Amino acid sequence: MALVNTGKAGASRPRSAMSRRSLRAHLQDALPKLVLAPSFAITLVFVYGFILWTVWLSFTNSRAFPNYSLGSTRAYRLLWSWTFAHDPPSDWYTSIINMAIFGALYIFGCLAIGLLLAILLDQKIRAEGVLRPIYLYPMALSFIVTGVAWKWFLDPGLGLEHTLHLWGWTSFHFDWIKNKDRVIYTVVIAGIWQSSGFMMAMFLAGLRGIDTEIVKAARMDGASTWHLYQRIIIPMLRPVFFSALIVLAHLAITSYDLVVALTSGGPGGSAWLPANFMYQYTFKRNELAIGSASAVIMLMTVTAIIVPYLYSELREKAR
Amino acid sequence: MRKLIIAAALLAATTLPSSAADTKELQMLHWWTSGGEAAALSVIKTEMAKEGYVWKDVPVAGGGGGPAMVTLKALVAAGNPPTASQMLGYIVQDYAAAGKLGDLTATAKAEGWDKVVPAAIQKFVTYDGKWVAVPVDTHSVNWIWLNKAVMEKIGGTEPKTFDDFIALLDKAKGAGVIPLALGGQDWQEATMFDSVVLATGGPDFYKKALNDLDDDALKSDTMKKAFDNLAKLREYVDPNYSGRDWNLATAMVIKGDALVQVMGDWAKGEFTAAKKTPGTDYLCYRFPGTQGSVIYNTDVFAMFDVPADRQASQTALAKAVMSKDVQAGFNEIKGAAPVRTDISDAGFDACGKKAIADLKAADAGGTLFGSMAEGYGAPPAVAGAYTDVVTKFFHGQIKTSDDAVAQLVKAIDDAK
Repeated sequence: MALVNTGKAGASRPRSAMSRRSLRAHLQDALPKLVLAPSFAITLVFVYGFILWTVWLSFTNSRAFPNYSLGSTRAYRLLWSWTFAHDPPSDWYTSIINMAIFGALYIFGCLAIGLLLAILLDQKIRAEGVLRPIYLYPMALSFIVTGVAWKWFLDPGLGLEHTLHLWGWTSFHFDWIKNKDRVIYTVVIAGIWQSSGFMMAMFLAGLRGIDTEIVKAARMDGASTWHLYQRIIIPMLRPVFFSALIVLAHLAITSYDLVVALTSGGPGGSAWLPANFMYQYTFKRNELAIGSASAVIMLMTVTAIIVPYLYSELREKAR
Repeated sequence: MRKLIIAAALLAATTLPSSAADTKELQMLHWWTSGGEAAALSVIKTEMAKEGYVWKDVPVAGGGGGPAMVTLKALVAAGNPPTASQMLGYIVQDYAAAGKLGDLTATAKAEGWDKVVPAAIQKFVTYDGKWVAVPVDTHSVNWIWLNKAVMEKIGGTEPKTFDDFIALLDKAKGAGVIPLALGGQDWQEATMFDSVVLATGGPDFYKKALNDLDDDALKSDTMKKAFDNLAKLREYVDPNYSGRDWNLATAMVIKGDALVQVMGDWAKGEFTAAKKTPGTDYLCYRFPGTQGSVIYNTDVFAMFDVPADRQASQTALAKAVMSKDVQAGFNEIKGAAPVRTDISDAGFDACGKKAIADLKAADAGGTLFGSMAEGYGAPPAVAGAYTDVVTKFFHGQIKTSDDAVAQLVKAIDDAK
């Protein structure tokens, strides 16, 4: 607007200069949109387009290849009946129960350990610059590497148990990775090891962002360290918790490689997560419709949990 | 300016295909990337090079071909199929039904392949009477592999029946050796169960239950007995078996830590790689109680429906694969039997000679059956359901053989 006004004021200037200027103004207006357009289009097609495609396929009778004629609810009927088949457990039952166990323990474990490490590192200790990358390092590994390393470490005939037996502690026994009821907890352990360092970095950034004046004021008022963290600092980290939770929830729900590398499915398929189920049915068993339906159910579950939380967090911020 | 662009585009359109359509180029998708497999494949590569074809690998690592099949699906969906691709089991039929495969019938007739390839195997390379693929090898899963030194130490002899086998395993247990080396992964347990079913019920029962999916056979007491026999074998594995890779289980036999492994003949590759000789270092027998029958699986090269200018290289590949020299040379290295029944066994070791003779006899006697566990008994959905039930029974999620049979019938029903 300002540019146009000056153009009018300088009536003696040649017209071309004025139009060039307004062109520039247009360009300045349009540039952000232009730059964002490709990524917007890509997201639209490759995320939302394919979500719709998956939903579509889940209502077809697709086996090895996509079949686009709608009208089959076979996939959902089968999944529904498998949801309650607990003795013996169906693959789908195992997957969703494992998701609940893994999701809850993994998210809670990463948050707790990440926060604890961050608070300890924040005590102005020596050699923080060395310790921080050590804790953060596992995040730089892929889940496959983590899985294989922990597979060896937890193997009773090879890793921890074997070593302790060699050292003389022969009563030590830890075979969870071979135990169909415990194997999912080994996935939790490896997952927490991988991600808690990253959580530590996020919390540390949050802690460093807290106004020292507030901490000083609280100290003046006689708050103990425990109270200081419990009542003031941790509540102030709420935005960090929010980001951390979103990141962890997405890592948990897409976990696939860790299960494969660590347990190759576990004894009798007891370590499966929904992503493993989806891959197995879609690509190995040529049940494209069932695979798609399981993906749709995963998406809806995540949506049901994340959207209300997002909504409440964002509304609070707007206030 | 615009004219120039159009001209350039036209030029590109006319020149590009002719350079891409190098008829001497052969694109091959496969997952034979490990040592022995790659060495076997080079026999075919050399043969093609002799004829002046340029071999272009589209290798996707990963045993079993899971990742490769995902890649292939994408290539075919994009309308850009390779000249040929390694495939397993019923997948060939899926691609053929979708109209993606070419037609080799004329070549097959001219070369007389239908007379030398066992009928049971032809079923997997033909669709609607047309040859759409060529088989490369015949693997067989009803084998046991024993360490000879351990066998002599415990004074064992070749087990002829399932009961003999149990007695032999008891002997090993008594001598303090791990009797049965098993990798506790679902497909390995299912592979072993294929042999157990054949040993328990005999050839006719195996065919009815695991190839024809006959309901009565699946529900029968014989099937229950097969599960009970599988449970017996569970008593002879070491506590650490769960999740072990198959080649590590083979290594236990090679080192003499364990007496025997039940595994397909690809296990021989591990013995060969460890410089062991059949007859002196290790022994190969048919799974006790399955002598005279062969449970097979086969690697095939499926030929895609490619433009006319690429068909010559495709036909050349098919002819090379099926030629007697390549069949012998390839399979001597791969550890399998040739798919042609008219190949001399002169170059093969003792186990290979036995495999060739057994295959011929089984083909003639009608006792050549597809392996359910390896995906040659039924389409992938059913095979997956079968594997599920076997592994859950083996690891105790399914507790009794009655439950196992009921679950098997239900799971197969769901998958149909």
